[in-house]
Amino acid sequence: MHALLGQLPVGLSIGAVLLLVALGLNFTFGQMGVVNMAHGEFLMAGAYTAFVLQAWFGAQSVLVGLPVAFVVVGLMGLALERGLIRHFYGRPLDTLLLTWGVSLILQQVARDVFGAPNVDVAAPGWLAGGVDAAGVRLHYSRLFILALAVLCVLAVGWYLARSRTGRQMRAVTQNRQLAACSGIDTARVDQITFFIGSGVAGVAGVALTLIGPIGPTLGSTYIVDAFLVVVVGGLGQLRGAVLAAAVLGLLNAYAEFWSDASLAKVVVFAVIIAFLQVRPQGLFVLRSRALT
Amino acid sequence: MRQPTRRTPRRLLSALSAAVLLASAACGGAAGADGDTVEVGILHSLSGTMAISEVTVRDAELLAIEEINAAGGVLGRQIVPIIEDGASDQAIFAERAQKLIAQDQVATVFGGWTSASRKAMLPVFERNNALLWYPVQYEGLESSPNIFYTGATTNQQIVPALDYLREEGHTRIYLVGSDYVFPRTANQIIHAYAEANGMEIVGEEYTPLGHTEYTTLINGISDAEPDAVFNTLNGDSNVAFFTQLVSSGITAEDMPVLSVSVAEEEVAGIGPDNIAGHPVAWNYYQTTEGGANEEFVAAFQAAYGEDRVTSDPMQSAYNAVYLWAAAAEAAGSFEADAVREAAAGISLAAPEGEITIDGDTQHVFKVARIGIVQPDGTIEEVWNSGEPIEPDPYLEGYPWAADLAAG
Repeated sequence: MHALLGQLPVGLSIGAVLLLVALGLNFTFGQMGVVNMAHGEFLMAGAYTAFVLQAWFGAQSVLVGLPVAFVVVGLMGLALERGLIRHFYGRPLDTLLLTWGVSLILQQVARDVFGAPNVDVAAPGWLAGGVDAAGVRLHYSRLFILALAVLCVLAVGWYLARSRTGRQMRAVTQNRQLAACSGIDTARVDQITFFIGSGVAGVAGVALTLIGPIGPTLGSTYIVDAFLVVVVGGLGQLRGAVLAAAVLGLLNAYAEFWSDASLAKVVVFAVIIAFLQVRPQGLFVLRSRALT
Repeated sequence: MRQPTRRTPRRLLSALSAAVLLASAACGGAAGADGDTVEVGILHSLSGTMAISEVTVRDAELLAIEEINAAGGVLGRQIVPIIEDGASDQAIFAERAQKLIAQDQVATVFGGWTSASRKAMLPVFERNNALLWYPVQYEGLESSPNIFYTGATTNQQIVPALDYLREEGHTRIYLVGSDYVFPRTANQIIHAYAEANGMEIVGEEYTPLGHTEYTTLINGISDAEPDAVFNTLNGDSNVAFFTQLVSSGITAEDMPVLSVSVAEEEVAGIGPDNIAGHPVAWNYYQTTEGGANEEFVAAFQAAYGEDRVTSDPMQSAYNAVYLWAAAAEAAGSFEADAVREAAAGISLAAPEGEITIDGDTQHVFKVARIGIVQPDGTIEEVWNSGEPIEPDPYLEGYPWAADLAAG
């Protein structure tokens, strides 16, 4: 029983990581339907932003990196949207190949600029170690990621529900033509969507420096998981992404606990395949009268 | 910036290989050798997940080639490297090896890192009777006449590491590894050793390559209460594993984690604070004492930057080029059969110390060294085997391993 309880925070923290890496994709893929294979490299760019900032801010670079990475990586996303993707709207297969090419280029750029070996971002001292609560070990770094994930979800949720641009974004998602007819500048909304989606990926990248390797191929470790969360949750569905990330995280943790890490991956994928047979549209569905 | 300073333009290379083709077609001349130059293949992953490690090995090989050329070359010829990218994909390794041998007609190839890439290239080299120099420690149980293994085999790394743990009084061991051939074979050997030497294996876990979630596994280790962990994780996973080990509050004093795939290069990525105090097992460290190593480190940093570190696989790759050059000089030829015959018994004052090629196994005699990672990221040697250990890839000299070699 105790061991079962111990896996609960493990699963939730895996879920928080999944949610963070998928949140940005939820914008670009979920809201706009762009299959952005370079999303993983945006995570990587966020992580390297923290690494670069380390030269000036030392161990606090993770904190400073969160807002900086949001802007830096957001601008990268904006450049990608303006420079390439907007010419390929409505051509999902071409976009997939295009962004995959971009991801390879970004990986190689990182390799040339920062070198092929992994780099190290020192975590702030107050994130080291953990605390024992009811016999369960809670890592400070995991709690930090959990809190960051919750904050990001709240911010994104508020933005989509309350802000003017956020509502415009939802309008465009639901029915692009009608939104354009109502006077919404859809091209501008696309840009903002891509900026925010990529920026959130940058924030996630900074958080990833606390738990894993930081190298040119960081993105490829997480890209599949990110797509899984968005697909299982339902395209563009914030609550779907939250639920999917939590469920997948817990499933991962408990499957690994009862078997081993390799088998856990198999179990998770098998469950997802079975689930998508029953509900190909994901947990939640966007209701729309648009003819698609 | 990280690229070697001296590079042969592509056009020149293709012109050269065309010339080589013509020459060999005309007179059936020596493989890969034409006039003033001799071409060699360099085949490592320059992209993909293994690039992190293999790029550094390529750098070391290019440094050795540059040094040999500056000293007059081999048999009076300048070495021209032809660099191919294995792209972390074993099928591409096999294909590029075939291309280097058949199309470029190189004299020899330096390449590979993962056992999968070596196993994929092996039939290509055997079919063409060409020579591959493989620079990385590996799981043993192999001895191809077409491969020279300049890294350690199991009895030069894993067995000494177990001796060390036993001498330190650690008898309850937990095994953690990546899920592929090297860790699984290594752990079979460890099981056999433990049984014969009164050690107990209290757990064994594998994770997929690239795995980054280790909290569950670490909880499992804590519950099993081992004296030490034997770590055969490979690549990026080590970063996640050690970072999360620190978060779990487990220190090197409580439970040392002995790694066989973590060298100076990886320590920098893991963060020295996260792994300081833990032991590693290799045959060479950047801090290994000796004039040859001081020269190697100085030359490497002069070529690639002061912040670069040198590691065991890099050093083994660097040695491979020198060993090949010495063997070709001794043979007076670049032909594979002649070089192979001449290579037996060739010695080199390498950065790791005196090494000698064993003619029977085509492995190398080398000293095993255990080091402790220091807070500044260097590795300090705390134990060594004294004499160079004779390579024994099939562990024939170890009675407890009889079943392994047979199986």
